[in-house]
Amino acid sequence: MGAVVALDTLLAARTLWHAGRSAAIAADGEPTGHAALDALLPQGGWPRRALTELLLPADGVGELALLLPTLARFTQAGGTVAVIAPPYIPYAPAWQAAGVDLALLEIVEAAPRDALWAFEQCLRSGACAAVLGWPLHADGPALRRLQVAADSGECLGFALRDRRHAANPSPAALRLEAVRDAHAGTHWQVRKCRGGPAPARSFALAAH
Amino acid sequence: MLWACVLLPQLALDAVLRRRPDPDAPLALVGGPAQLRTLHAVNAAAAQAGLRAGMRLTAAHALLPDFATVDYDPQAETRAQRFLAAWAYRHSSLVSAQWPGCLVLEVRASFRLLGPWPRIEARLREELGLLGFQHRLALAPTPRAAHVFAGLRDGLAVMQPAAMAELLDRVPVRRARLPDDTGERLHRMGIRDLRTLRGLPRDGLRRRFGLPLLEHLDRLHGQADDPLAYYAPPDHFDARVELGYEVESHMALLFPLRRLVGDLCTCLSIRDGGVQRFVLRLEHEEGHTDVDVGLLAAEREPAMLFELTRHRLERVRIDRPVVGVRLLARELPPFVPAARDLFDTRPQQQLPWPQLRERLRARLGDDAVHRVAPAGDPRPERAWRRVQGDGGRIAQAPARPPRPAWLLPQPVPLRDPHPRIVSGPERLESGWWDGDDARRDYYVLETSQGQRAWAFAPPGEQGGWMLHGWFA
Repeated sequence: MGAVVALDTLLAARTLWHAGRSAAIAADGEPTGHAALDALLPQGGWPRRALTELLLPADGVGELALLLPTLARFTQAGGTVAVIAPPYIPYAPAWQAAGVDLALLEIVEAAPRDALWAFEQCLRSGACAAVLGWPLHADGPALRRLQVAADSGECLGFALRDRRHAANPSPAALRLEAVRDAHAGTHWQVRKCRGGPAPARSFALAAH
Repeated sequence: MLWACVLLPQLALDAVLRRRPDPDAPLALVGGPAQLRTLHAVNAAAAQAGLRAGMRLTAAHALLPDFATVDYDPQAETRAQRFLAAWAYRHSSLVSAQWPGCLVLEVRASFRLLGPWPRIEARLREELGLLGFQHRLALAPTPRAAHVFAGLRDGLAVMQPAAMAELLDRVPVRRARLPDDTGERLHRMGIRDLRTLRGLPRDGLRRRFGLPLLEHLDRLHGQADDPLAYYAPPDHFDARVELGYEVESHMALLFPLRRLVGDLCTCLSIRDGGVQRFVLRLEHEEGHTDVDVGLLAAEREPAMLFELTRHRLERVRIDRPVVGVRLLARELPPFVPAARDLFDTRPQQQLPWPQLRERLRARLGDDAVHRVAPAGDPRPERAWRRVQGDGGRIAQAPARPPRPAWLLPQPVPLRDPHPRIVSGPERLESGWWDGDDARRDYYVLETSQGQRAWAFAPPGEQGGWMLHGWFA
């Protein structure tokens, strides 16, 4: 009976979890640098060896403020951070003021067609600690490729996409959506996370 | 010092045979003027049929109607000798290809690395066999003696100068590689071996046979210095593959490309160098197309160089048939391997960043990968610059009010009609010295979508916003 799979193996593989029970998941995430967000996420931070998707209503809603502490920590520890085809110029004085060691921040310019290829190469290579990309026309299989590449390259992938993709399923291990609230400002809502149900509470970045 | 001599009795023939798919079929090298074609060398199968070097071509055809002929090319012989000198350079740092048809190399210095002479000898024989060259080896304390011994008996090894002197005394004068026809003349005079020759008065010999004979004898015995022209690996790489047919697709070029890159890397590892810039020249019937391959750091990994070159090649449009491919590397800078930590636990297939960067540049363009650094200019669009390549510390930016993480390449009008002013203004008046004068009031604005914008207005105004960045 090949169809019978022991529950334990499913639980161990984290494809199945106990609803309503805060399962004892090893908090092996990469600290985000925001204590409130770490507390919210089941793994206690960004999932390692995985793709994280940030869904944005527009550019410049605080997505970099969310990521910069992590990137700063990686570069200060000697890891390379690659930024693939950014929509604007990463402004050196500001990134430096955020603590990023610019000697280890590599910007890759690519046409939209090549950007996905470059994103996957950087993820897969294992040379980078984190890779940021803006996959504009990525479909499900392309995102799966990115997820697999992040896994084999053992690095953190951040895919920044438009919010309208939120309705589509995604193989990313973590999906965060930036939600605009008239009085509370922008806050981040977890849409999907590996290892547990998505927390209902959202996370608001300290006023920037 | 101990010198090994590799004598190559049929260098020209071997250089031809090793390229043929059927080296056992009868074959002859043919030289001489068109009216008087003579055989220069024959292989074993042809010799069995009765063909001999020096025979007329017509006579050879009478003996054996069907055999392959190849034109004898003295240049090819020199090339093969140079190729073998490059090969021998792996075993010794002192290699000379000064005498035609043989190589001499100093081996004592290599004993510690490669083991004693019998082991080196076995190694040389094995590699020469694989390369497809007939050879005779001998070892002696002087290069000339090794040369003489290699002609006398294959595998003769003499390590002690005394034993060498004893052996040399018994060498017939005709086999002692004396200059010009001196050996033959001495033999006719009744002087049969070197012992008798050495017994003759020197000044008489010098008057009759000239100084070169005495010099040769002294160098043979190691009593005088023997200045040899040592082989030095070329400081550039230039190899060419003739395709023999017309090629119009990239795929068909990949095989010769792989061979060229492999040869290049062999050459680099012999020189302990790397390559940073080379040209792949696609030769047409008329003219040629150059594909430049430039790297930011010297490399010598064959698989990586091949992949890079392939990517560059695929971006080139081949509009005319290609008949030959040539690879030219003018500069071979020293290669510094990347230092890796022994206990570094990174994935198996990890690619170091420099290699990944070259792969990206090969496909996306030379300027695609860069870093950013702050610059001293107060104007935001000039307060940063691109940095290519490795190295160089990145200076600290001067202290200024908060700056946005995203900068727009060009300021654009802000589309939001009623943005909320969060902070400002920051007055900027600068650039009068280079004619690009800027007078702006910068504000931090919040748009209705919740974005934080960095926008400027003309001095003293609060409208006509020009968006210049996002506080993302």
